[in-house]
Amino acid sequence: MGPIAESPQIQLTDNGQLRHFLTIEGLPSSILCEILDTADSFISMEQQSVKKVPLLRGKTIVNLFFEPSTRTRTTFEIAAKRLSADVINLNISTSATTKGESLLDTLRNLEAMASDMFVVRHADSGAAHFIAEQVTPKIAIINAGDGRHAHPTQAMLDMLTIRRHKGEFEQLSVAIVGDILHSRVARSQIQALNTLGVPDIRVIAPNTLLPFDVESLGVKIYNRMIDGLADVDTVIMLRLQNERMQGALLPSQHEFYQLYGLTMDKLKYAKPDAIVMHPGPINRGVEIASDVADSNQSVILNQVGYGIAVRMAVMSMAMSGQTMQNQENSAGHNDEHLESPDSNGTARL
Amino acid sequence: MSIYIKGGRLIDPAHKVDMTADLYVAEGKVVAIGENAKSFNAEQTIDAKGLIICPGFIDLSASIPEPGHETKGTVASETRAAAAAGVTSLCCPPNTTPAIDSPSVATLIQDLGRQNDFCHLYPIGAMTVGLQGAQLSEIYALKEVGCIAVSNMRRPYQSNAVLLHCLEYAATHDITVFFSSTDVTLEQSGCVHDGPYATRLGLGGIPETAETVALSRDLLLVEQSGVRAHFGQLSTARSVELIARAQDRGIPITADVAVQHLISTETCIHDFNALYHIQPPLRSEQDRRALLQGVKQGVISAICSYHQPHETAAKMAPFAATEPGISSIETLLPYGLELVRNNALELTELIERLTFGPAKAARIKGGALGIGDIADICIFDPDEYWLLNEKTIFSKGHNTPLLNTEIQGRVRYTMVAGRKVHQYTN
Repeated sequence: MGPIAESPQIQLTDNGQLRHFLTIEGLPSSILCEILDTADSFISMEQQSVKKVPLLRGKTIVNLFFEPSTRTRTTFEIAAKRLSADVINLNISTSATTKGESLLDTLRNLEAMASDMFVVRHADSGAAHFIAEQVTPKIAIINAGDGRHAHPTQAMLDMLTIRRHKGEFEQLSVAIVGDILHSRVARSQIQALNTLGVPDIRVIAPNTLLPFDVESLGVKIYNRMIDGLADVDTVIMLRLQNERMQGALLPSQHEFYQLYGLTMDKLKYAKPDAIVMHPGPINRGVEIASDVADSNQSVILNQVGYGIAVRMAVMSMAMSGQTMQNQENSAGHNDEHLESPDSNGTARL
Repeated sequence: MSIYIKGGRLIDPAHKVDMTADLYVAEGKVVAIGENAKSFNAEQTIDAKGLIICPGFIDLSASIPEPGHETKGTVASETRAAAAAGVTSLCCPPNTTPAIDSPSVATLIQDLGRQNDFCHLYPIGAMTVGLQGAQLSEIYALKEVGCIAVSNMRRPYQSNAVLLHCLEYAATHDITVFFSSTDVTLEQSGCVHDGPYATRLGLGGIPETAETVALSRDLLLVEQSGVRAHFGQLSTARSVELIARAQDRGIPITADVAVQHLISTETCIHDFNALYHIQPPLRSEQDRRALLQGVKQGVISAICSYHQPHETAAKMAPFAATEPGISSIETLLPYGLELVRNNALELTELIERLTFGPAKAARIKGGALGIGDIADICIFDPDEYWLLNEKTIFSKGHNTPLLNTEIQGRVRYTMVAGRKVHQYTN
């Protein structure tokens, strides 16, 4: 097996600043820490009576959701509004046969409307990369979940949750439980935990819900909850989709809950002060017991609140990187041809 | 037309020839080699000094999307591309629309081929009606009108019994069956090799067993039916092993590999580059090495282009939503020469696998340049660098990862039955 090739850094400006946020992979820990620190500062702002800052005033952000979502879309919308941006929500359902072309056509149309940022959710892995490559480089792309590939803002809000409740990453044991195979959240979490230096990352699932050679992502595999939860600091539960009962991936919800549902009894194997996380929406009695979800070890609702701060951080950082890059590009091109003020975006800065 | 090809390095693996020699062509045939044919009155002389002269290439799998998908490519455009690639015999799979499941479609394609006259065009018939895997096509009639084999491509059969009956019927009429062994249920909705890159990118994985489970079944049914079979586009190390074992047991089967699988691995998809989306998928380095070894040892006797031209829009979507396939006929030789430069293959081995090997596998004439043989000839410069771009590519499909890349090895002349169908002079 050859070495894993590096993804090209389309996410960063020439100066190493964030300009798109597509995946955690390939980003240095300094950027991840900057996101967390910036998010922390936005959280303290939430205590104030006026919650808005003018960082993105005059910018247009399009929430482009090709897949249904309530929580993620709402937190992105709130985050954008707190940054004083104008927000447009587009929910576009796609038919399987025409999605390729309609996606590109949709993008071309939106591009023509002088948007500054797309927040994209799409059912195909790599969709956010595709969009970042295909639209004008002046538009920042934030990945709000693409297929099974990545959900980087979710991973970062999880990292923020861990940092705020558990402190330094270098000492921690973290277990991720459930459907790793189909989970973009798990992939991004694993990459973020590795980048931030967590020494012990575990995945707990039956083999049918584990991707091929998942160890290559830098995790240890456990098939049994009580082994995998032993002495961990953080338990991350994943949502189980009902369709996993088809195609013999799992026999039944009942058996899954018996083996992999997080109950108080199983949680006892983790450290006594371990926190329980879940990206939501939770299925009570499917992957998590009600009393666990509502216990004081659960930080599930805190996660939602942190989600707004993290998305504010990512959007403001990407927009600032994007603006710098555009200024640099247009400065570099001034000698060759004059760009009109409305096409190079300077009028909007 | 009589042609005197002067001073080139003649490589004709079928006759174990590799020497500097003059070649005399008249009335569509090779009439003399090496000696100074005094009575020969050449209407044209080609100075082949520094060039390699070999039999025209025989490509066992190059899609021609006509009829049905002319935006991707036509008989005219793709056979022209074949000529530019040094391919003089092209076998086109039956996944046209309608499929090549009736003599009329097979005849239409061949008529278009003759009108354009860039290469010998051999359709592969659809083994079942509409490639649906249920009803046997009129495969005897297909053979009668010129199909060199039948195939169900990568499509499933309604049952193993249907497959067995197809093979028995093909055996009755001594028709070669081309397999592209695939178990679609194991393939699921995958689009890349089930390996670390699929895991990392969250793309659906196709396990090697999607090929080997079907291949094992196919081999057993081939043995039972006694049909003459050829296995195309092997992609895994295990497949090579299974084919070798069957050959050792004396079952008369042959196999080919797509040149891309000898060159590239799953690492190419690392940034979701949909130009590397093909099926079977690019697999691991270990698989690639085993395939090369199979070519070297002769278990795999042919290298094909596995050419699949597409219009630009077919690749303009997120990875899994793109159509699989690479426009690869014009990079067949440059890729092959890269294997020679990397010492993975000898030049004579490469040429054998592009000429005589496939000719035997598909039982078609050509692939050799002895006296009296048909003058299907490729003359190429193995060292010349050239830029593959929208101007130099002939295929309608620009879906190659090598577009806008300098590649090495260029076809200078292609002749079909002694007639020049392609010429490039710098």
